[in-house]
Amino acid sequence: MVDVPFDTVAGVPPAEVGEVELYHPRSWWTRYVFSQDAKVIAIQYSITAMSIGMVALVLSWLMRLQLGFPGTFSFIDPNQYLQFITMHGMIMVIYLLTALFLGGFGNYLIPLMVGARDMVFPYVNMLSYWVYLLAVVVLASTFFVPGGPTGAGWTLYPPQAILSGTPGQDWGIVLMLVSLILFIIGFTMGGLNYVVTVLQARTRGMTLMRLPLTVWGIFTATVMALLAFPALLVASVMLLLDRLLGTSFFMPTLVEMGTLTKYGGGSPILFQHLFWFFGHPEVYIVALPAFGIISDLISVHARKNIFGYRMMVWAIVAIGALSFVVWAHHMYVSGMHPYFGFFFATTTLIIAVPTAIKVYNWVLTLWRGDIHLTIPMLFALAFIITFVNGGLTGLFLGNVVVDVPLSDTMFVVAHFHMVMGIAPIMAVFGGLYHWYPKVTGRMLNEALGRFHFWVSFLGAYAIFFPMHYLGLLGMPRRYHDIGETAFVPASAHDLNAFMSVAALIVGFAQLVFLFNLIWSLFKGREAGGNPWGAASLEWQTPETPPGHGNWGKDLPIVYRWAYDYSVPGTAMDFVPQNEPPAGLSAQGAHP
Amino acid sequence: MAETVLINQVEPPARPAGWRGIAADWSSDQRAFKNVSWGKAMMWIFLLSDTFIFSCFLLAYMTARMSTTVPWPNPSEVFALTIGDKNIPLILIAIMTFILISSSGTMAMAVNFGYRRDRVKTAALMLATAAFGATFVGMQAFEWTKLIMEGVRPWGNPWGAAQFGSSFFMITGFHGTHVTIGVIFLIAIARKVLRGDFDVERRGFFTSRKGHYEIVEITGLYWHFVDLVWVFIFALFYLW
Repeated sequence: MVDVPFDTVAGVPPAEVGEVELYHPRSWWTRYVFSQDAKVIAIQYSITAMSIGMVALVLSWLMRLQLGFPGTFSFIDPNQYLQFITMHGMIMVIYLLTALFLGGFGNYLIPLMVGARDMVFPYVNMLSYWVYLLAVVVLASTFFVPGGPTGAGWTLYPPQAILSGTPGQDWGIVLMLVSLILFIIGFTMGGLNYVVTVLQARTRGMTLMRLPLTVWGIFTATVMALLAFPALLVASVMLLLDRLLGTSFFMPTLVEMGTLTKYGGGSPILFQHLFWFFGHPEVYIVALPAFGIISDLISVHARKNIFGYRMMVWAIVAIGALSFVVWAHHMYVSGMHPYFGFFFATTTLIIAVPTAIKVYNWVLTLWRGDIHLTIPMLFALAFIITFVNGGLTGLFLGNVVVDVPLSDTMFVVAHFHMVMGIAPIMAVFGGLYHWYPKVTGRMLNEALGRFHFWVSFLGAYAIFFPMHYLGLLGMPRRYHDIGETAFVPASAHDLNAFMSVAALIVGFAQLVFLFNLIWSLFKGREAGGNPWGAASLEWQTPETPPGHGNWGKDLPIVYRWAYDYSVPGTAMDFVPQNEPPAGLSAQGAHP
Repeated sequence: MAETVLINQVEPPARPAGWRGIAADWSSDQRAFKNVSWGKAMMWIFLLSDTFIFSCFLLAYMTARMSTTVPWPNPSEVFALTIGDKNIPLILIAIMTFILISSSGTMAMAVNFGYRRDRVKTAALMLATAAFGATFVGMQAFEWTKLIMEGVRPWGNPWGAAQFGSSFFMITGFHGTHVTIGVIFLIAIARKVLRGDFDVERRGFFTSRKGHYEIVEITGLYWHFVDLVWVFIFALFYLW
């Protein structure tokens, strides 16, 4: 007998709604370019995000070259260095990770995993991508306007963001804000689709507690994004008005280049509150989909059900809710009432509880599992390590008294790169290696993949582990050139050079990965429908890659959760979600 | 929503009431909100997101107003009109508020007649709602003009804190944009109602999906929301 975890199949309820009539493309243009199919939109999102991500990668090389070998590269002046920092951060956080996790993975996986034919509003979904593309184009255009992109740092703190001391004061900051506003509009159109699809368009038998954790992660992150991005929208609009119309929402009375500015009476701290009310949930908007993806990868590749599924779900929801009440821990040095510091430090440390539950559950899933060290599994293990590493330094920075001396040092840079740079990108890679066979029908090249993994993982440690030490020495972030300083020993400069070389090598490994993506599309090994022997619904499609409408004639019926691996007494070591229990045929399930 | 037509072959089992009902719905398959169509769910979630936008605007404005070190202009005096020889405070805003709230009434009636498939009355009431909305925006334009003539600018005004003008133009402008978009939607959908699109299930120009009378109610949700937001702006900006 098959063990059905949550409720025995007394009968799958009848269909509540009729079939949706899909939009049928009639030409090449509507099939592949202005496509309303979530799968095509997902690929469009992914390619755009990875393309602009390559720009950010090159920017990180330039920064590392300057930091590792100061004075050697005369073409990087201090202004450009600030511009590189700003664009690198903004692109990586918003235009790459957010877009790739929600627009890319979300669009592809949500309809397949919940058993829908498409997103609920395919036309709006299509618009979402095109507005996102417009946002990316506007952002990229700042490299070519007079004065170049803004150098305000990815946090865009006023007053400096719009004053003349900051590069990109003419065009860069204006286009950056416009681009952010466009991104938020585009994301909202997609995000509404993801949320409604998960809540209202699941197939028969698919309860919320049978969803794969990937869907839970993306769903919760999308809800958070719909509530957090409004704060960024408002902050962007107000900063834009300050810059263009001369309002003083965020601008106090101040002197610029010896003359009194027209501004007065505004509050820079207000911007910080609005920004971080978005900014902190944003950390979890990229982390929660990663959590979900990693949970699924570990379960599939260790051939074992995820440990504590319900706790995993509630931990995701709890992290999502808590992340809205911790934002001011980014502002300990901005000046606030000590009781507020106490409150925000406490809430920040409480987040460690659900996060630790997740980490323990991953490890307990691995415990005595049949671990296959496939490339997705390697990336999943790397995720756990880098995430724990970054999470532990988060405990340091969450405490006011520890944060104040460490603030604005390389320690912070090391922390957030570990926790929301390296860790989510490991989940992205793991996910791409895992689902690429479903998207293309071919496996990614194994040898290139292993090379990519080891260079990326060890290389990322070579870059960011020593950075913690530099931060503890007091080396500040965002400095173009440290110069001669008493507290920074000469050996620190050698370490910086070492990190820069590592960064270049890791960067080149990503080019190998891109080559692999393209090469395997034509030359990769044929994958078949379910190469990993996975139980969740997206691997049970009648065609691979899934056709328009995903499921052929009949929608699948779900009888169990997504984690029936190594169930005793079954023929295979996994039971697909849509496999009826013994004694029930698929047709005769229920009228 | 368009395509979510209930299949009536199987009588659904009686659902428990109250909290137990909510728990049962959320632990069931297919839909968390039973009897809520996709379109309506989407509008509700969008409005939740929009609530956060207006909340951020209003909180930012209130922060500015509370922390300003120079006097905040007195709204009762700034927004007073002299009619005849009487100076009546907030009279224009009062009329605007009355008009907008009345428009919610006509909107609710339009929804009712829509579900009765009374094309002419539905379209007439939607157009009446749109007319109220357009009147509101027109009066807002009058108010803006009057203030600008008196020297109020986003970056300053004759009476005190510069943030008064900035917040005023930003918040009422953002709300007015919402009303304007609502008016456009009302007119577009009234046209479809009048043409009988929802009786013959004519396909949408962009989405190529069949239209239903429910879109009247969804437009109504948006309209009532814009109304509700105005009540908060009225209370927090004008009456404070």
